[in-house]
Amino acid sequence: MMNESNDHSNAYRQEAEELLQDIEETVLDLEKNPDDAETINRLFRAIHTIKGSGAMFGFDEIAAFTHHVETVLDKVRDGTIPISQELIDLILRARDEISTMLQSVEGKKITLKSSENNLNSQKIISDLKALLPTQANPVSIPSIEENKYIQLDHKEKSDHTYRIRFNPEAGIFASGMDPILILDELRSLGECAIISQTEEIPVLLNLIPENCYLFWDIILTTEKDINAIKDVFIFIQEDSDISIQEIADFKTNLNVAHKRIGEILVDRGDVTLLELNEVLAGQKPIGNLLIESGSVSKEKIKSALTEQQFLKRQKKTPKVAGVRVPAERLDRLINLVGELVITQARLTQITSEVNAAELNNTAEEIERLTSELRDCVLNIRMLPIGTTFSTFKRLVRDLSIELQKEIDLVTEGGDTELDKTIIESLNDPLVHLIRNSIDHGIEAPENRKAIGKSRRGKICLSAAHVGASVVITVSDDGAGIKLETIKAKAIEKGLIQSDSDLDENEILNLIFEPGFSTAQNVTSISGRGVGMDVVKREIDAMRGTIEISSKQGCGTTITINLPLTLAIIDGLLVKVNTNRFVLPLSMVEECVELSQNDLTKAHNRYMIDVRGEWIPYVRLREIFNILGDRPGREHIAIVRLENQRFGIVVDEIMGDHQTVIKSLGRIYADAEGISGATILGDGGIALILDAIKVIRCAEQEEARALTSKIN
Amino acid sequence: MSSGEITKATQYFTFTLGQEDFALEIAKVREVLDYTTITKVPRMPEYLRGVINLRGNVVPVIDLRLKLGMSAIQKTVDTCIVIVEIEMDGEIMQMGALADSVKEVIDLDPAQIAPAPRIGTKLKNEFIKGMGKQDEKFLIILDIDRILTANEYTAAQIIENNSETDSEIMLSENAA
Repeated sequence: MMNESNDHSNAYRQEAEELLQDIEETVLDLEKNPDDAETINRLFRAIHTIKGSGAMFGFDEIAAFTHHVETVLDKVRDGTIPISQELIDLILRARDEISTMLQSVEGKKITLKSSENNLNSQKIISDLKALLPTQANPVSIPSIEENKYIQLDHKEKSDHTYRIRFNPEAGIFASGMDPILILDELRSLGECAIISQTEEIPVLLNLIPENCYLFWDIILTTEKDINAIKDVFIFIQEDSDISIQEIADFKTNLNVAHKRIGEILVDRGDVTLLELNEVLAGQKPIGNLLIESGSVSKEKIKSALTEQQFLKRQKKTPKVAGVRVPAERLDRLINLVGELVITQARLTQITSEVNAAELNNTAEEIERLTSELRDCVLNIRMLPIGTTFSTFKRLVRDLSIELQKEIDLVTEGGDTELDKTIIESLNDPLVHLIRNSIDHGIEAPENRKAIGKSRRGKICLSAAHVGASVVITVSDDGAGIKLETIKAKAIEKGLIQSDSDLDENEILNLIFEPGFSTAQNVTSISGRGVGMDVVKREIDAMRGTIEISSKQGCGTTITINLPLTLAIIDGLLVKVNTNRFVLPLSMVEECVELSQNDLTKAHNRYMIDVRGEWIPYVRLREIFNILGDRPGREHIAIVRLENQRFGIVVDEIMGDHQTVIKSLGRIYADAEGISGATILGDGGIALILDAIKVIRCAEQEEARALTSKIN
Repeated sequence: MSSGEITKATQYFTFTLGQEDFALEIAKVREVLDYTTITKVPRMPEYLRGVINLRGNVVPVIDLRLKLGMSAIQKTVDTCIVIVEIEMDGEIMQMGALADSVKEVIDLDPAQIAPAPRIGTKLKNEFIKGMGKQDEKFLIILDIDRILTANEYTAAQIIENNSETDSEIMLSENAA
């Protein structure tokens, strides 16, 4: 029982957090379009739900607090209180307060009294009250009754629809009953359609005035059950013919309404199916009939048909239903799929050794299924990045007010999907980058105007899929980065020699060095010296890359390139001597052979001519000090790094491999050029190459070798 | 340099490195594997021998002899990988340690254990927890948690210091 109620409060917390997120967005929307009634309503509904379900699950403190917000919003809704900056600020503060209340573990236990003592919420409440017109009624604390009411209100009504045929015996009037009264009573039960049937009325000659010849078909939709209807007929003599039939419950009622007339008649037993079919066989579609009669134009029928089909289609696609699953279950699922992929690789390997046709087919089938399953499972963890984006709107708003700058945040590609874990770990770096843009990038409004820019600065946050990775950019139209400042700072901090000859890119990359911060005056927002290097490290940890480009006076763009997932990737398995390595397939552009001929052609320099383009390469054997002789014919996997192509020379290219990424652990955290390991079908281990690092390693080594040679 | 007093009678797992007997607290030892193929991780210090596949997990393996300042282990039929659990920055992780051979599990009283001497072992004694005495024979009790944390080199430092370490190994071998 205890557990159950815990589940409920957790569910409430989750729901409330989503609503709070929604509220934040809505308020910011409202700030832009204060006159949008729909936005105000949305806000009101969200607040109301937080209050209502809060009271239901015992979060009385939240309910009480939210009630004050609701009261004010109600006045906003009916136009008594205008939307002001003050109001927006207050609602945002209240939102944060609710969020804090939610997070406090004892959220439930704090009594109403102690929350009233809570200074912060007290302050907000009094500010809210101050907004209320003086003649407004004093704010009342939501009572238990109200909560109950909400609860009832939320309870779903279960309506039923009945088809009733009431055929009284001819002498009903003689027994003192009036069928009208019966029909009135049925009407009082719910929504009711009554059709009187007159076919039994005889010709006037035979009509006995004291007899009842009419009978009625009644369609009744009511919350009451069938017994309540039977009760209506309780005093009717048994000779009367009464049939009560439930058609369907309310939810499917819509479909019932679309039953064809013929079907309903058959249902009622008025027509047999055979008769119906006979009639239908001779019938033309109603549209055609209408056109023939000339009463409607062909076009009108066509449009009516389209509408009908549209409605049908809409009915067929039900609302996409979601299921909440705890993250750890998903993680477990991912792990299992990872193990399955490894086992499958082993099966494939064994199959190729055994070489039995039947086994082959099955193994291939399993391979296909596994990779499909893998994609499916990885997809489950994909979330749109937009949720993170929307929290930044608030960040930009608050910070720009604090710094007295005018900044708009534009987001693009919020529906780009990324692995959940990546989205979570991306939050901090993005916050940092945006803060940097606000603090260092965008100039003060006056300065902007002075140099002919618009007063309002713009920060653009965008996400997009590019191949097997996601590219996230943060760009601003601010001052850009002064290369000289960076260089001077780096020299001052001893990061570079004063006579170092660095190109623009190298200088810009200095800001990723540890301990680098250019802010002249340290603010609360950025410039604590633990800046971009932390961002870079976090991006590195996600196997991503970060690049920066800046144009002085025009702005700065930071581009983050991230893999789609951290768990399983498609890799290219390569071999050097007996060592096997995996290159992420997304990095590899093509593979070419490196023959003796190519070597002589390049005078043994590490370059190869690929269709007219000279591509430099590194030999993995040399970088990694792997023993053994080079084979006569080597292979090159060509990867792209920034705007240049590089080759990585290996002995053999073994083919593609579904790579389950395993961490090498802390001991190997410093391993250069290696980002992880994977287990192969034969139980061996292949190391996953970080192609970019491998090339950087080679660059450094070559530079070192050259300097020592010259010296 | 011993970290933590040894006060209770404890079981110890004994093994050999070269001609000498070494011991580990039994609680640290998870299992003993036969020697299997170790995948070398390039550009890392020599004592980090590489990684093995332990039932689907990638586990690092170190060469205890190199780490203690002895010569590298040569593979024989008796060579084993002792899987130990070590604590690194508050995180429990598995690690394999190469041993020339494994012996037995013994009980040692605190009285049988002397603190690590400052000199005389000819080993890097920051990894030594104490000296155990068993039937007139000495056991060197290792502090496996410190093996990796006490003197953690970054890859770059290792490369620079390589020449120094080499000479150190040479020295201790000569002395032995």
